[in-house]
Amino acid sequence: MNSAERNATIYGAILIASLAAPWVLPAYQTQLAFLWIMVLFALTWDLVGGQMGYTSFGNIVFFGIGMYVTAVIQRNLHFDIKEYVHVAGAVDTLQPGEYLSGLFLGMGASAIVAVIIGAVLGLCILAMGMRGQYFGICTLGLGVAAGEIASGWDYIGAGSGMVAPVFPERLGERGAFFYYIFFILTVILFLTLKWLYAGRFGLAINAIRDDEDKAEAMGIRTTRYKMTAWCISALFLAVAGGAAGHLVGFIDPTEVAFAGATFGVWMILMAILGGKGTLWGPVVGAVIFYITQEVFWTYLFGWQRVAMGALIVGIVVFFPQGIMGWMRERWPERFGHRVEESTLSSSAEGGGP
Amino acid sequence: MTGQQLLVEGVTKRFGGVVANDNISLSVPEGSIVGLIGPNGSGKTTLFNSIVGYHPIDQGSIRFEGREISGLRVTEIARMGMLRTFQQTRVYAKMTCVENMQISVPRKGEGFGAMFSKSHPKIMEKAENLLAFVGLYAKRNLLAGDLSFGQQKLLEFAMALMNEPKLLLLDEPTAGINPTLINGLIERLKRSNADLGITLFIIEHNMPVIMDLAEHIYCLAHGQLLAEGPADEIRDDQRVIDAYLGAN
Ligand SMILES: Nc1ncnc2c1ncn2[C@@H]1O[C@H](COP(=O)(O)OP(=O)(O)OP(=O)(O)O)[C@@H](O)[C@H]1O
Ligand SMILES: [Mg+2]
Repeated sequence: MNSAERNATIYGAILIASLAAPWVLPAYQTQLAFLWIMVLFALTWDLVGGQMGYTSFGNIVFFGIGMYVTAVIQRNLHFDIKEYVHVAGAVDTLQPGEYLSGLFLGMGASAIVAVIIGAVLGLCILAMGMRGQYFGICTLGLGVAAGEIASGWDYIGAGSGMVAPVFPERLGERGAFFYYIFFILTVILFLTLKWLYAGRFGLAINAIRDDEDKAEAMGIRTTRYKMTAWCISALFLAVAGGAAGHLVGFIDPTEVAFAGATFGVWMILMAILGGKGTLWGPVVGAVIFYITQEVFWTYLFGWQRVAMGALIVGIVVFFPQGIMGWMRERWPERFGHRVEESTLSSSAEGGGP
Repeated sequence: MTGQQLLVEGVTKRFGGVVANDNISLSVPEGSIVGLIGPNGSGKTTLFNSIVGYHPIDQGSIRFEGREISGLRVTEIARMGMLRTFQQTRVYAKMTCVENMQISVPRKGEGFGAMFSKSHPKIMEKAENLLAFVGLYAKRNLLAGDLSFGQQKLLEFAMALMNEPKLLLLDEPTAGINPTLINGLIERLKRSNADLGITLFIIEHNMPVIMDLAEHIYCLAHGQLLAEGPADEIRDDQRVIDAYLGAN
């Protein structure tokens, strides 16, 4: 089997397993949907934090923005705002068409709003030349501030949050429905990143990661690349957030939407565990991390947070390179990093000094 | 434009109380090789930094191809065709040599869409040719960070050539290079000047090297321009000899 065939087999197997999963494990549809959200978290974080080397603690902001934007659009489209609080609690008040149009319009609007907010924040942080720890601390502030703002804003329910409309029964199984939405979204994200990393964009953000001063000295428009990477990450997070709000059903400002201490930290850890700056690392890391996390929550009554903390420390101490990074160090030849003593045929000037 | 590609006039740069460059004026004619020497700490690297826009200058004017550039940013100046290499050698450590080369293509007039384009096969071919030119072809798929210091220096030089600059500022290109390889490097520097038409402005501590390369040499000491002239005159200049023999 050559490598193209092997890749096709791997991709095919993953595709089939993914499509079948909600029917093989019907009891775990919601958890499986969340598994894709986790993969999406890790991939979007790694675009900025791994491939570009800008460790962000605030990407969760865009997830929460997407949640709220979608919920607000769904509400304003189909409910009288004054009655909303009462109506939302009722069973199946929306027709399938209404529910879907609100959801998808909301997700589309989330993408636009997130890119605009991402661009504005990017201009404030990235374009001002914020780097390293300073960038990290700025982004940490973003997540905290967003939670505070949402908790104090009556239009979006303030501290008591928002309720997404009940899922219309006629649309089938709610868990499976959202499972496929997140599956499709994550596949689109994965293919987009695969394509970006294979071209100039990937090289440029890697160059920024390795030495931004050098990249500037070579004439690369670093700000443009940084802003674009940041906005792509924001876009996918917001669209996912829009659907996630409807999956969870209840949008709490700090526990669900701007959940920096859980989702916000997890996305970093998952990328690190799998291997920062690799295409597959975040995917592998997210799957392992999320399954471990679910097992802890199921079997370690009362101790799950302690176990989680220990796992986090373990990841950072023993797997700073991550699984893919470790494999690359262990078998560099597999990744093409080897000396090739052939001479260059097209060049008359080859050879030693 | 009077044939002077680079014109530096009265440039002063202070760091707090330290005057690292004191009223420096010099010029680099198009197509030439010009040297910049001076004892450690005399302000050579600072002058390069001032020229390429790495930091703002306190006084003076810097013109490249007749255009005032002292207010421009590093990236803009680089895209105009004036490039520098670093004394500490800077390459992209976690990328392969070939990738280091691919990302070093000229950036002039690049539109928004260019960000998402693929590398053209021509670029790959050029990258490999230039890696062969500096003797790194066999190592092209190694991570740049795994190269020796000297090899990184050569890679950085190849990356600069990849960018097709008009004027290249080299900060101690032979430092850390094995003496037996230095002649080869001098040869390549001369060829990049003669064949590719790149003007070279070179900081160098190795006297025989700079005497061999440069037609005209400027010497700094304590941030001031101490002497200038043709290479052989500078070599015999008593002030230069004193400065180097520990007068500071
Ligand atoms: N960023 C900075 N902040 C403060 N002082 C600086 C800075 N950069 C350079 N200097 C000071 O300016 C003076 C000139 O330094 P510079 O690096 O230009 O010397 P140089 O001629 O390149 O020396 P060398 O041959 O050792 O490379 C030194 O006294 C140095 O300490
Ligand atoms: Mg120096």
